[in-house]
Amino acid sequence: MKPANPMYGLMAEFDSVEKLVAAARQAREAGYARLDALAPFAVEGLDDALRLPRNRVPLIFLLGGIFGGLTGFFMQVYSCCYSYPINVGGRPLYSWPAFIPITFELTILGAGLAGAFGMLALNGFPHPYHPVFNVPQFDLASQSRFFLCIESSDPKFDLEQTRAFLRSLQSLDVYEVPA
Amino acid sequence: MSATPTEIAVSRGSDVLAPGHTYTTVTDKITSVVLDRKSGVPWKVGVGIAAMLVIVLTAAVSYLFLRGVGIWGINIPIAWGFAIVNFVWWIGIGHAGTFISAMLYLMYQEWRTSINRFAEAMTLFAVACAGMFPLLHLGRPWEFFWLLPYPNTMWLWPQFRSPLVWDVFAVSTYGTISLVFWYVGLIPDLATLRDKARTFFGKIAYGFLALGWRGSARHWQRYQTAYLLLAGLAAPLVVSVHSVVGMDFAAAQLPGWHSTIFPPYFVAGAIFSGFAMVLTLAIPLRWAYGLKDFITIRHLENCAKLMLVTGLIVAYGYAAEAFYGWLSGNEFDMYMNVNRMTGPYWLTYCILIFCNVITPQTLWFRAVRRCVPALFVISIIVQIGMWMERFVIIITSLHRDFLPSSWGMYYPTFWDYATLFGTVGFFFLCFLIFVRILPAISISEMCELVHKQSGEGHKEAA
Repeated sequence: MKPANPMYGLMAEFDSVEKLVAAARQAREAGYARLDALAPFAVEGLDDALRLPRNRVPLIFLLGGIFGGLTGFFMQVYSCCYSYPINVGGRPLYSWPAFIPITFELTILGAGLAGAFGMLALNGFPHPYHPVFNVPQFDLASQSRFFLCIESSDPKFDLEQTRAFLRSLQSLDVYEVPA
Repeated sequence: MSATPTEIAVSRGSDVLAPGHTYTTVTDKITSVVLDRKSGVPWKVGVGIAAMLVIVLTAAVSYLFLRGVGIWGINIPIAWGFAIVNFVWWIGIGHAGTFISAMLYLMYQEWRTSINRFAEAMTLFAVACAGMFPLLHLGRPWEFFWLLPYPNTMWLWPQFRSPLVWDVFAVSTYGTISLVFWYVGLIPDLATLRDKARTFFGKIAYGFLALGWRGSARHWQRYQTAYLLLAGLAAPLVVSVHSVVGMDFAAAQLPGWHSTIFPPYFVAGAIFSGFAMVLTLAIPLRWAYGLKDFITIRHLENCAKLMLVTGLIVAYGYAAEAFYGWLSGNEFDMYMNVNRMTGPYWLTYCILIFCNVITPQTLWFRAVRRCVPALFVISIIVQIGMWMERFVIIITSLHRDFLPSSWGMYYPTFWDYATLFGTVGFFFLCFLIFVRILPAISISEMCELVHKQSGEGHKEAA
């Protein structure tokens, strides 16, 4: 049972941020669509070069915060006005200003937890295995080198042509990524 | 393998990063503390002392569980003794970590990069120490979950209008968000450690924690957004936490507590003591592991400046308290001030003024701010001073309130001291272990700093 294409893609190695960004831009302009850049830190300008869409992380933060805040506020209203009303010298049961600190804390808690775990979920983590890890040189992607990977499932992918294209982008070397 | 060992980005040198550093040297230097170095003698001695103090803590807590809070010096009227003094002190120390990691990040202060990781770790361990005290003070600590709203057969709810209940939410949210923020920041560095680890166990452990991080541009994009938003959440959170702690006091009617200045003055005091702890930790850290290229004299100087600023706010707080006590014309408020300065606990007030008001004034001088041994000594003095401040606020206000017939005295017992120094040991033990198993400086952010300071970024923009 051998897959039709036992290769994940081709990966080019770069030694500087500018070369990576330039290469990503050129690959996009050449019509490659299924590609990814891998870097040891967040590289400015890479989103534009790869034409990445805006992410939905802020929305998750917002929803988490709204959920946390409403939960916090209405929990207190339910407790103080309905479930366990205590008459303290005739003071109002619905004393909403006193509910604000806990509402605030739970808003932050909801937003922070939803946002952090949402970010991890959108990134598909935990994701222990990925074909790019098969390239020995890839260990440097978390330290000092920058990589551009074009997947073999890309419609424009052709082993020899893509290899030649990646070599032309001032890369140090081009590696085959086994699936 | 690679074609040429070229390194394009080389730091040109600035006051926050020494010249000549490349991505590789930065990564190697930070990871070597964890992966290559043997545990040196200073580290072993530190762990030995800290572990002994943790044993003392265990003994003190066990005896407390056995006998109850009567083993402490607390009584009526001084029902809040060392436990609450220590709680406020520890939680305050944690605040500088969040201040550095969140507020300075939002303000694009590049110098925070090399100190934020261990400052966040400091926050976590300080919150852990702080969290112990209110629980131990409960009387029946095993019923601690009664503090939380949960469906129960007693049909009871916490009193949500009480600042003490706000505190439960504030501190637990603070601890949780600090942990999440710290872990999110660690993920790319855990991947670096995974790739550099040589032992089987190291690869598995770091690989497991790194969750499969591979530095993909898509992941970085979401990661950056989440990190920024977490910083935006943590910044107001840190202000809210110590404000709520301040309101624990301000909401009471006791002279010396019932004051609107408490929340802001507590927040400033918290950051003041926190920066002192950052210096106490950073100075030995950079010395022991040769990190002076990354934690430069500029970092220490900036911490000293922030200590001076927050110290002045705290001094203003003391002055305002005394002034408004006098201005109020209220017999009890006026007596509280006189008693604080000349009563049985006058010495603690003098130590407080010496440590928190007089000592920080030396930081006006550049020579002092750049003298590392002096900073270390000042940082210890400030922490003692801030501990004294909480002692003064809690003990001297409680011990003589309105009616002389209800006055009393508080004398800490052996177990009070054992618990305090036990948590100091716990804090340092956690920190020493952290330094050896996780990168104490953020590798990915340092690489980004190398990139920015190498001139590469400028060419790109052109």
